[in-house]
Amino acid sequence: MASLADKTSLDGALPGLRGLPFVLLLIAVAAAIFAAGRWFGSSYAFFVGYVVLQYIVLGSAWNILGGYTGYVNFGVTAFFAIGAYSTVVLNKLMPALPLPVMILVGGVMAGLVGLGTGYLTLRLRGVFFSIATLALAVVVQTLITNWDFVGGARGAYVMRPKVAPLIGGEYVQYLFLIMLGLVVVVLATARAIERSALGYGFAAIRDDEAAAEASGVPTLRLKLIATGLSGGFMGMAGAPLPFYVTYLDPASGFSLNYAVNAIAMPLIGGTSSWLGPVIGAVLVGGLQEYLRVTISSAVNVLVAGVLMVAFVILAPQGIVGLFQRKKR
Amino acid sequence: MDASLDLLLNALISGLLLGGFYAAVSIGVAISFGLLDVVNIAHPAFILLGSYVAFLGNTVLGIDPILSALIALPAFYFLGVLAYQVYYVAFERRDDQSLRGLSFFFGLLFITEVGLVLVFGVDYRTVQARYIGATLNLGLFELPLRLLVPFLVSMLMVVALQIFLSRTFVGRAIQAVAQDQLALRLMAANPIKIKRIAFGLSIATASLAGAFLIIIQPVEPSIGREYIGRVFAICVLGGLGSFPGMVIAAMTLGIAESLTATFFGPSWAPAVAFGILLVTLAVRPSGILGR
Repeated sequence: MASLADKTSLDGALPGLRGLPFVLLLIAVAAAIFAAGRWFGSSYAFFVGYVVLQYIVLGSAWNILGGYTGYVNFGVTAFFAIGAYSTVVLNKLMPALPLPVMILVGGVMAGLVGLGTGYLTLRLRGVFFSIATLALAVVVQTLITNWDFVGGARGAYVMRPKVAPLIGGEYVQYLFLIMLGLVVVVLATARAIERSALGYGFAAIRDDEAAAEASGVPTLRLKLIATGLSGGFMGMAGAPLPFYVTYLDPASGFSLNYAVNAIAMPLIGGTSSWLGPVIGAVLVGGLQEYLRVTISSAVNVLVAGVLMVAFVILAPQGIVGLFQRKKR
Repeated sequence: MDASLDLLLNALISGLLLGGFYAAVSIGVAISFGLLDVVNIAHPAFILLGSYVAFLGNTVLGIDPILSALIALPAFYFLGVLAYQVYYVAFERRDDQSLRGLSFFFGLLFITEVGLVLVFGVDYRTVQARYIGATLNLGLFELPLRLLVPFLVSMLMVVALQIFLSRTFVGRAIQAVAQDQLALRLMAANPIKIKRIAFGLSIATASLAGAFLIIIQPVEPSIGREYIGRVFAICVLGGLGSFPGMVIAAMTLGIAESLTATFFGPSWAPAVAFGILLVTLAVRPSGILGR
């Protein structure tokens, strides 16, 4: 908390520019990453990079609700799959629609579901919200399994355009670029929240909700904002998925791996700042890819779970917390 | 008309029997969540572990799945004691149950599932017993023994636990620990020790529930997840910590699912629990028989 306040006072010294240098820096880093990828020119790098970027978005989205307000969303797959399946639907109805528009629609759909679930359960103790999100993942999967229009249990094929629009080259490069853009948006949002009144409201809810409510923090409204934003970004992270995998069925779209990774990465990296999910996603995502290549794909999914349990027991503040403690 | 009435009656009966099984699945959470306020979302993973233990006992040693669950009961008890000890030291003592405590159990759920996949693969596993496949024909309706046996043993277990909780010192202490830890300390009982015993019991029930599960349906590692929604829907609907409420809720869900499966198709059944859970949380969070 102390370090957070310090940084904010620094930002306060530059009114009007708050956050802008950060966004420019993010864009510069993203551009450098993309340029490096182009120069490297390996489609394998883009395929792997996409997954890591997707987890940065998912982890950061989870952290907006989980890390900042302390409400645990276990239904990551539900929101993620809502995004993915809204792309499947849009692609069937209006194939000409550009991908960013589909992402926006997917995000809005997932955000609305988040608002609805939150509205029904966020008045109660946090654990009921968590349980409801666990069950939400099952029910959304049931609905989609029974929905023939999107392929039902058999799954749906999505044709990936051969050439990327605007930038040329392989389509996966375009997907990578889009996901990079999402990373910039979600990180800028997360950091802006941390340094705003909204962020202090979230932190107040996390530290003592009753006290926050008593001192006039509109807790329910703030929690709904967090749930909507968080769910929306998860939907956005899922929206490009059909083009990435080209075949999407409920079993893979609702794989528990997404939920475990999205929760494990912020917890491993550290939940108190926007940097935590990034560190977690890069480390765990990279490690998983390494293990997938060297050992087997069954072991690589185990890593996130084992690391998560180890970190919540031994290093509750995550990697970011380890460094902060040293500084003090 | 006659055929659909017959269908309705059979759906009701099998729903009721299914409800008995659901009670066995949920009683562990009724203890851990309802009485101890430990939100063990990994409970279905322990149940699945019980299924595979029953599977091993049945295929390797050739003994009855329920009997092998009974033999494994002490092991599950100590597994629960161990799990609670870790939970207490790492989360409860630090007062960090909500975010990291929940994530801990979520991690356990995932690790168990992946561990089972690594050991047993993703194939469906079944067990053999004389009562699997046989039915008791009572003229108007049929009672599949595959459902009836788990139902009876489950009810026995619920009644035994209810008597233990209301008649013994430890049992009463378990009921008290949720309400007033200080008062319990004044009665010369260590609340942490009591909670450890109770959590051990809660995981021990998973051994039997797991055996019932693999008797009722073929089991593969990921089906545990379906039971998270069911278990918590039942516990919330029943009113946390009330066994009679939990049994009524389990029967209600069993019947609702059975009717849904009969009239709308089995692929819709998993959504029923969520509907019940959401409506209960929105309308009456304290459940039917809540305090």
